[in-house]
Amino acid sequence: MAKKIQISIDNKKIETEEGRNLVTVAKEHGIFIPSLCYYEHLDPPLGTCRVCTCNINGRPGPACMTKVTDGLEVEVHNKELKNTRQAIVEMMFSEGNHFCPACEKSGDCDLQHMGYEMGVSHSRFPHLFKDRLIDFNPKRMVIEHNRCVKCKRCVEEVLTDDQKSVFSFKNRGNETVVGIDYEQEAKLSEEQALNAMHICPTGAILVRGKAFALPFGDRRFDMHSVQKEQAQIFKKPEESNGKPERKTIATISLAGCFGCHMSMLDIDLGLLDLIELADFHKSPITDIKEFSKQCDIGLIEGGCCNSENIEVLREFRKKCDILVSVGECAIWGGLPAMRNTIPLGECLEEAYLNGITSEQGEYIVPYDENLPKILDKVYACHEIVKIDYHIPGCPPTATHIWKAVKNLLWGDQYSILYSEFKYD
Amino acid sequence: MKNKDSLNTQNRSSLLSRLWEFQENHGYIRDENVKTCASELNISEVEVEGVISFYHFFHREPTGQFIIYLNNSIIAETKGFQRVKEAFERETGALFGGVDPSHQFALFETSCIGLSDQEPACLINFHPFTNLNTLKVKNIIAQLKRGASPADICDPVPDHIRSTPTEDKTIFLRNYQPGAAVMKLRDLSPQEVIEEVKKSKLSGMGGAMFPTGLKWEACQNQPEDTKYIACNADEGEPGTFKDRVLMNALPGLMLEGMIIAAYAVGSTKGIIYLRAEYKWLLEKLEQTIDHFYKMNLLGKNIAGIEAFNFDIQIQLGAGAYVCGEETAMLNSMEGKRGEPRTKQFFPTEKGYLNQPTVVNNVETFCAAARVIELGADYILQTGHPDCPGTKLLSISGDCRRPGIYEIEWGTTVADILDLCQADHPHFIQISGPSGQCISMKEKDRKIMKGDLPCGGSFMIFNDTREILNIMNNFAEFFKHESCGVCTPCRAGNFIIQRKLEKVALKLAYASDFDDIREWGNIMKMTSRCGLGKTATNSLVMALDKFPEYFESKVDHHKEGLNKEFDLERSVEEYDRFKS
Repeated sequence: MAKKIQISIDNKKIETEEGRNLVTVAKEHGIFIPSLCYYEHLDPPLGTCRVCTCNINGRPGPACMTKVTDGLEVEVHNKELKNTRQAIVEMMFSEGNHFCPACEKSGDCDLQHMGYEMGVSHSRFPHLFKDRLIDFNPKRMVIEHNRCVKCKRCVEEVLTDDQKSVFSFKNRGNETVVGIDYEQEAKLSEEQALNAMHICPTGAILVRGKAFALPFGDRRFDMHSVQKEQAQIFKKPEESNGKPERKTIATISLAGCFGCHMSMLDIDLGLLDLIELADFHKSPITDIKEFSKQCDIGLIEGGCCNSENIEVLREFRKKCDILVSVGECAIWGGLPAMRNTIPLGECLEEAYLNGITSEQGEYIVPYDENLPKILDKVYACHEIVKIDYHIPGCPPTATHIWKAVKNLLWGDQYSILYSEFKYD
Repeated sequence: MKNKDSLNTQNRSSLLSRLWEFQENHGYIRDENVKTCASELNISEVEVEGVISFYHFFHREPTGQFIIYLNNSIIAETKGFQRVKEAFERETGALFGGVDPSHQFALFETSCIGLSDQEPACLINFHPFTNLNTLKVKNIIAQLKRGASPADICDPVPDHIRSTPTEDKTIFLRNYQPGAAVMKLRDLSPQEVIEEVKKSKLSGMGGAMFPTGLKWEACQNQPEDTKYIACNADEGEPGTFKDRVLMNALPGLMLEGMIIAAYAVGSTKGIIYLRAEYKWLLEKLEQTIDHFYKMNLLGKNIAGIEAFNFDIQIQLGAGAYVCGEETAMLNSMEGKRGEPRTKQFFPTEKGYLNQPTVVNNVETFCAAARVIELGADYILQTGHPDCPGTKLLSISGDCRRPGIYEIEWGTTVADILDLCQADHPHFIQISGPSGQCISMKEKDRKIMKGDLPCGGSFMIFNDTREILNIMNNFAEFFKHESCGVCTPCRAGNFIIQRKLEKVALKLAYASDFDDIREWGNIMKMTSRCGLGKTATNSLVMALDKFPEYFESKVDHHKEGLNKEFDLERSVEEYDRFKS
């Protein structure tokens, strides 16, 4: 029988037994410590992702590596720690190529889940867009290296019946990848392979034919937060006096698909209320092409893939007091940024000259002085101009967009539900 | 089953040596070699691949008859690295990172090879070539093409010992009598040895300055029968080369330190983890060890002390800076990837093969030997009252007399700059990229615990050197040398380096520097080992200490437009398709 001890987490006294893992103890007492690589039965724990960083007896350290001892004092929720943990999750998004809307694991992904729980709307770090492999060679699996966060779970956990590793880290530094042994992988049973897919916290390990077994919407992290009070991701109550002032809104779709604009229209009857309060100026909705006055807010859909996008975006920055990136493409490039890992020249040659439908010598890459020029890569809007707010989603839900806009324009207090905050 | 496991771990420890055999036989490790290793150890091939790919001196693709590793440290950069690099490419017909068509020459860059006092320098088949210039490169390649062997034409490496304190205060670089220290053990109990070391206030010379006596005592107190003494001879911190000089000039002193530690803690086996960059010192070390066996300073009943048995073997590293971190080194010694361990246990509790292990570096073992030889009282009258003893500095960069300086702890930076005849010093990097930088305003600070602790590297840059280049070189170094296990270090170093590129392109805002500070702090708080925790130290310090310099790199308009976004540049590639 382990010794009974007392620890404190955020000044809350907790009785527990000595030697247990801090993350587990906190969880049992309703305190959420974000974690990714942590796996209860692994001892020693992996300690690779660092998402669970807390102050432990006054010093920052990973909660997953901490075994509770009598008198332990832990600080989980202060501004710096929250910011730090959020940064680690953002780093993972920036380092990999995580296209949630196109990912088989969306809704069942621990990384995405952490982003939702922490309210990560965009990454403060530049996306690195490193070209990575998708490996179709294994017998049962597809390994999507773009999505791997190097948590090491699979390296430690996935073994053949004769105890040989199927996965191992390869290389070093930012070149580190999880290597897979084809010979050993072929020995895995379907059940073992499914387990590998399951323990992967992202969509890096997929089992052929099984990745879509559970429909979107019914997945682990789709609708419900693990935190009790997660509903309000951000609020900004301000003094509002009497009748709300009439405001002007401008919108634009740059390198986007107009999906975000469609989503804006999805508030249906709510539009009628909105029209009472706001004018739409330059926008595809009004078809006004030129700015003739200063606007209160500009909603930007899409990132910048050509020179025209850059000019338009700069114009918006000048003419709008508040600028908001709406949707994944505006926030970090989104699906169009899939080309960022490949040089532009190669993309164009493949698309126009060497593709299977092009006849040799018959086709050219379109180029005309009157056409906007294509940029070397797709840029996030905040790389070009200052962006004040980011609304994630592909597309963001209508309610999310309008709650945010009403808050920004009229100071309405609002809360975003867990189920409304999405990357896909 | 248990037996099979332990046999396997024993064998596993030989993996690095086994891989070296293959690497040396063919110039690279072939597929069948990987298979052999995997079946010998009964592990999967991918695990062997994982180990091979961790170390940059192991290759999986054919290389050449001559493998050339050119140092790309910041010191090399200031001494003409770029021209030498181009010369190698021109003369060999190979490009860096590749092989020439006839498979004669393979060219690779590598981080600091411990020759900062004679840069630019390279290793050809692990033989040193120093003070390179274009003419010399041309000559070397011509000779190799004519059939000369690198072993015959390589450069002698002078120790460049430039200065020591007065005779009565010198500790390391004084007359050495083999066995003088070990013989003293005949009159001392293990406990007395530890007390003497504690009394001398000796602390780890690698930079962390952990009290050596306490470490030994912790290991002594462990109940296990099998204990190990591990000597960290993997000084990888760019700019440091003191261990090279110690191993070249006083290899016996280091061995004696290990023997003393073994006596103190009750160990029978010692391992020297020698960085592959110093492979050219291997023969000398082996000879010294042989000589020690002949003198009965190693082996059974050492120095006539009954039942005091101790053996030393050498394990060669294979190119990974992070293996200088003690737990990473232990993993590497066990034939694994050199990833630092989680800090559940101290090596003195569970170290090499999970047994209690004392890990000290070359200089610390040398110092420990002197403590026993000269007595703690001798040590205590040197250095600073709060930090007695002396320290070896490896001084390089913009000074007339780069080399090794034995200084007393507490010596000021100004005195050191005088000693080495620094030339317009402006920016000084202490303890290498992971250490700290200082400006000339701080030249009265003292090298010692509590002020400027120092692992040994002391790099001087004059006022013509671009601080941004120095920082970029460091960022590149960390990006490459991070072990890749934890997120903040693996991704963070990559991100910081991108940020510096932005600054170099003059696209930075003042807010970018705030980002660097914030991100640096995040890496410091969350990284798993010292590498990530310290990687941004110097950069953040430089921002504080050279504000005018960084101010000049900032763009000051505040309209929220990144005006400097270079539209011309980003459509350049597309413009190729203009018919």
